[in-house]
Amino acid sequence: MKINKYVITTAATNSFVHAFLIIVSATCIFPLLWMLGSSLKTQSTVFSDMSLFPSTMQWKNYLVAWTEGGFGVYFLNSVFYTVTVVFGIIMVSSWAAYAFSRMNFPGKNIFFFMFLGAMMIPLPGAFVPLYVLVNNARNFLLNGLAAATPVLLRVLPDAFVYGSVRFIEEQLFPRSAYILCMINVGLSLSIYMLKTFFDKMPKELEDAARIDGCSRMGIWRHVALPLAKPAIAVITIYNALNVWNEYILANLILPSKSLMPLQRGLMVFQGEHVTQYPLLMAGMTITVLPILIIYLAMQRFIIKGITAGAVVG
Amino acid sequence: MKSFGRAMAAGVRCLVALSFCALLMAGCGGGGEETSAPAPKNKKIVVWHWMTDREDAFVELAKKYEELTGVKVSFELYAPSDAYSQKVRAAAQARALPDIFGLLGEKRDFAAFIKAGHIAELTSEMMLDNSQWKNELFDKALAVNEFVKDNPYGVAVGIYGVPIDVMNIQMVYNKNLFKKAGLDPDRPPQTWAEFVDACAKLNAAGIQGLVSGWGEVWMIDCLASNLAFNIMGPEKVFATLRGEVLYSDQDWVQVFSLFKEMAEKKMLASGIVTMVNKNAEQSFANERAAFAFNGSWCVNVYNGMNPGLDYGVMLPPKINPGNAVYIWGGAGSSFLVNDRSPAKREAIAFLKWLTEKEQQEFLAEKTRNMPSNKFAASKISTILGDFARGMNYVTHPNFWPVNELPKVIERFDKGIQSIIIGEKTPVQLGQELAKLKAEEMAKGR
Amino acid sequence: MAVLADKIKKIYNFFHDAAPKWKAGAVVFLLVALELAFLKFHDSRFIWVTVYGLVTVSLLFVLIANFAKRTFGMFVFILPALAIFATFYIYPFFKVLQLSHNAWDGIAPTMDFIGLGNFKEIMQDKIWWGAMRNAGYITLIALTFQNILALSLAMACDRQIKAKNMYRVIFFIPPVLSEVVVGLIWRWIYDGDYGLLNYALASMGFKDLVHNWLSDPKTALTCVAIIHCWKGFGWGFMILLAGLQTIPKELYEAARVDGANVWQTFKNVTIPLMIPVFVLVAILTILGTMQVFVLILSMTGGGPGYHTEVPVTRILASMQGSSMFGYACAQGITFGFILMLVSFAQIGLSRKLKQA
Repeated sequence: MKINKYVITTAATNSFVHAFLIIVSATCIFPLLWMLGSSLKTQSTVFSDMSLFPSTMQWKNYLVAWTEGGFGVYFLNSVFYTVTVVFGIIMVSSWAAYAFSRMNFPGKNIFFFMFLGAMMIPLPGAFVPLYVLVNNARNFLLNGLAAATPVLLRVLPDAFVYGSVRFIEEQLFPRSAYILCMINVGLSLSIYMLKTFFDKMPKELEDAARIDGCSRMGIWRHVALPLAKPAIAVITIYNALNVWNEYILANLILPSKSLMPLQRGLMVFQGEHVTQYPLLMAGMTITVLPILIIYLAMQRFIIKGITAGAVVG
Repeated sequence: MKSFGRAMAAGVRCLVALSFCALLMAGCGGGGEETSAPAPKNKKIVVWHWMTDREDAFVELAKKYEELTGVKVSFELYAPSDAYSQKVRAAAQARALPDIFGLLGEKRDFAAFIKAGHIAELTSEMMLDNSQWKNELFDKALAVNEFVKDNPYGVAVGIYGVPIDVMNIQMVYNKNLFKKAGLDPDRPPQTWAEFVDACAKLNAAGIQGLVSGWGEVWMIDCLASNLAFNIMGPEKVFATLRGEVLYSDQDWVQVFSLFKEMAEKKMLASGIVTMVNKNAEQSFANERAAFAFNGSWCVNVYNGMNPGLDYGVMLPPKINPGNAVYIWGGAGSSFLVNDRSPAKREAIAFLKWLTEKEQQEFLAEKTRNMPSNKFAASKISTILGDFARGMNYVTHPNFWPVNELPKVIERFDKGIQSIIIGEKTPVQLGQELAKLKAEEMAKGR
Repeated sequence: MAVLADKIKKIYNFFHDAAPKWKAGAVVFLLVALELAFLKFHDSRFIWVTVYGLVTVSLLFVLIANFAKRTFGMFVFILPALAIFATFYIYPFFKVLQLSHNAWDGIAPTMDFIGLGNFKEIMQDKIWWGAMRNAGYITLIALTFQNILALSLAMACDRQIKAKNMYRVIFFIPPVLSEVVVGLIWRWIYDGDYGLLNYALASMGFKDLVHNWLSDPKTALTCVAIIHCWKGFGWGFMILLAGLQTIPKELYEAARVDGANVWQTFKNVTIPLMIPVFVLVAILTILGTMQVFVLILSMTGGGPGYHTEVPVTRILASMQGSSMFGYACAQGITFGFILMLVSFAQIGLSRKLKQA
């Protein structure tokens, strides 16, 4: 009798929970479906044809969007920026957050509050000093290279020297400047988020590792990082989305089309006055997919957190 | 395998650390001072622009130009316009502007760039060979880029930019919906009374009246200015801007009252006060409203959204029959030459070529804009031709002798929004603006 | 060298062991002194030498203190973060601070120093404070409505239910969608004539509620806030879920064995363990909401009138619309200062809660 009652209440709660989840899900899925549907319409039917999916699907929109938007190069660039920036942020911020959470050293509090403050103050005019900074660094670098070239030419083959100078000027410098800027953008928030999670984690395993003679770097690498996987997954998703959708800094810092990220491709469809909605939607579907894939891959680690937490607890 | 992975990780770590150090040194060493960019190699011109829809046409023209002269022109697109604006301003501070660029903003920004020495003066070039270049271009398009004697910004007299197209802002009406409401599709309303009457008939047939992007306040500003010019004539408007006539004046209250009338008589499409122009265009293209207040670029927009749309162009309705009707217009986009550019001469030569008849025809055909070259006007569509006829009535804040202060403009436009939603009365707005104007003028002195 | 290190260690210890109120006092004193120096020496290179000198000296001081205390090995961990921060944040920050004391159009090679003039003007700028109030209102809605939604969804997905992985993916769709799509969809929902919401209300018999939601000053801000919450709840959901999953299952089982019901378990197990995550989510919500503007620009353009203006749209208006670059920088600094006060108050509050 008692078991029966338990089963019934569980079933009732479960169905209630499901109903709630399904309603919220519906509001989330609908825009995605609408976007997919619109990407298969034509410019003249996109707002007049009210059916979710048109009767004749314009699959070629995807092909047109890919080629006309020049997505090939942009896509590779975006993948490159996202991977390097996210990797950089994870390394730099997990070091810092680990230190802020677990260690004690002079200056700790000051620096932590500095990062926290930086997270909060928006710098509306910052693009001017940032541009000036990057431009000066570039000039400095180019002058240095120009001075070094005659010396290098004596020891190295001409083609190699000129080739590498050009490579540094046109590829390496702008890309690294952009990557470092983007790391800076995501840094404060990531440090704060990771610190919160490090603070929550039990210290016992780390103590055990220390007794076993593990170095600080070793503990960070082999104990703290694996334990913080759910938090790192959150940070990865957060920053990946940020970098993937970024275009203002890219516009500001990157000097040529061949260096631009994916958002530049989407701009092609959003003219000053004319927006080519079907192509834009097709392009957006293409750009949303990788992020959803990253999310899918990362959210496995968020689940894995259960077992990690269970082992420790 | 595992040790290999660890070695890899260590290697990556070293690399990352090294590149940090290198960049830091570079970054710190250069900070602070202003140095100009290294001189670009000769025979190469860099153009920055924000005109997404014209990028392809530009690139094609650049290729042609290189074949013709051997000068390589590289067009670099930075979009959307906000991001472009930021880049140009930042580059101006770093003195890293390209050889040719466009400027988004108002005349005072233009003036500030000139005064900072970023923009070359082109009058002498325009006047060469009996002012051949100048004569090819529409006067009204040049006027936007011109600073006349005693201009309020203190800029030396001259022409500072090359217009590459022209535009104006008028009203369009849907002929189909006109028929449905029993109106004559070939005779759009010309006076305010006729306009009110037409809207009443349309409303009775269940059709909305006027739609426009009044969520972007400058479009309100534009119509209000047109109405004011018609009601009181240009001189009195300028007198108001100079602070000699108050906004609480009877004529200005009448301008505001027209918006109140439109709102009360339900002549406006619902939600117009928060509508972005792109949505307004959708609304008109899908025949949900009979009138639209929009720029000549709309031909291209409507053509994409609804190729079968049957519509005509009309001037804004006349209130004061004694005065002329005015609309805003002039150069759509202009290119400027960087005064510090080592390739200044090449840049000017390229712009001269770009505004020649043949290239202008090509641009007009490809991008469906009105050309800035007078002799290239033959290749445009009928409806664009109707728009082009409006060029006779064109005026623009950029060629007025005096401009309003930015804060007053903002309050003016937002105030009209408030009138439309019934929050303020025309008299209240007039008094508020008069007070604000006095305060701002006092600050200026 | 050793003597110097010893001295620095002593000075450091003196500061380190000081009472919190003295520390706070010292920070305030330093800031005021810096500001005064700034006002006095604005047009000479002296101020920049002072600022960068102070930054360098304090960095050196911390470095030596770390050597002296043999904690340099630990300090190394934050060094890369500090280096990037110092390059890409500190210079722009001081530059913006300098600009906020000037009247400048963003273009001219020279600028007029006006001291605290910009800040004085902000104090009297009614529209700015109205925008601040609007942002506060949206934040309040986001803090309550959005986070309660996120928490309940996260707790639902923390249970052993079917298809929970699918839900996790679905709830993350709104954050990844572009503002363009979100704007189009929600405009269509709120539209006065063809809107989904009006259609639903009319068919349910609430005919008198039908109106244009975005151009009515009474509903515009709330409508925008709701879209913002809908777009943002996925983040709260994800972080809260990650937080919930680090709570050891044994604790729940122990509570059940002790005979605690659902509410008691929630109150005594979940909440205490989740407080730091709640604070994190709350701060992220505040920061995310206060800085919302793309959505507002695409939905209402700040209108009707000034009813949906927020600080960031005001900053953009002064920067691009009116070419008051210095004023925009001052607005940014003021805004950041307020955000910082709110966030630190929140952190302090949570510390109190934790101790209680």
